[in-house]
Amino acid sequence: MPETWYMIAAVAIGGVITLLLRALPFAILKPLRKSKFVKALGQWMPAGLLVILAVVMLANEISAQPGKLWVVAIASAVTIATHLFAGRRALLSIFAGTTVYIVLLNFF
Amino acid sequence: MNDQTPASRSTSIRLGGVDSLGVGIGIFPLGVALGFLVIQAGLPWWLAPALSIGIFAGSVELLLVSMIAAATPLLTIAATVFALNFRHVFYPLSFPIQAVKPGIGRAYSIYAMIDEAYATYVLMPPEKLTSTRMLTGQLLMQAYWVGGGLVGVCVASLLPEPIEGFEFALVSLFIVMALDAVRGRREIPSVILAGLSVTIAMVAFPGAQLIAALAIFTLSLVARFFWQRRARGAGHVAEEDQPDA
Repeated sequence: MPETWYMIAAVAIGGVITLLLRALPFAILKPLRKSKFVKALGQWMPAGLLVILAVVMLANEISAQPGKLWVVAIASAVTIATHLFAGRRALLSIFAGTTVYIVLLNFF
Repeated sequence: MNDQTPASRSTSIRLGGVDSLGVGIGIFPLGVALGFLVIQAGLPWWLAPALSIGIFAGSVELLLVSMIAAATPLLTIAATVFALNFRHVFYPLSFPIQAVKPGIGRAYSIYAMIDEAYATYVLMPPEKLTSTRMLTGQLLMQAYWVGGGLVGVCVASLLPEPIEGFEFALVSLFIVMALDAVRGRREIPSVILAGLSVTIAMVAFPGAQLIAALAIFTLSLVARFFWQRRARGAGHVAEEDQPDA
């Protein structure tokens, strides 16, 4: 288990950054928000960032479960298919993908 | 607007409760998953409420469980939280904070400005908003996270052994969020740049792939901005490429 101070530091750092991002714009970041550069980054960031996070997490899961690449592939495909063809209901898609993953991992 | 009298105050509390239920159906199960992940990762139970109170930003809370379990460097955690929550910089432009009484209430409302709270109140007509209503709604949304987390912790602790593969819920969540963020042709350049960034990062910086990918991706967006501005100066930029967030 990680050390307690490390866990507290991680939560504190995440909390302070999140709070600053929420609170500062009300006061001092007004000119920054009007900047074309910040607007462009704000619009371009989310899609690519989430793709990066999804890829890194998939890669971590693949290396944590050696020889189970096909399970990761099928469960990811189920998540994507459920999301695209069953009305983009996040919880349903997550539930479907995770259930398939757990079943395939434990029974095959 | 007046929520000083007991009758209108209780109406405001009731309305806030109704507001929170719509998104609560989505928040509570994610809270349960959070508590579950904390126990399955072998982390102490208090981390679930600590994340929901200390950070209170859904996707980041879940992501931090796996980052903490993997003993990710604090700098990588800081950069990831900053990038993932950067969108909040744009919320204050339209979030109806003026409806909340100045002081502790307003401070709480800003701290608790999660995506769900923003989405619930941003389009509501001003005459329907009261301080009590918004604060009740936001407090309950946080209660669903904390409560769901504690339920998840309890259920996971009761299991004789961990469910192997439950951590895939987090992978699925990010796949779903990526799918929702990529809704049109306009996102394609960002997705291509992100794909290149993460590929380079995994090949060149295997020990620090996430922070390397974030850095390369950000640099590529900066380059894209200046390249596009130069192109626009020359009059060659298509309408759909112009940022309008």
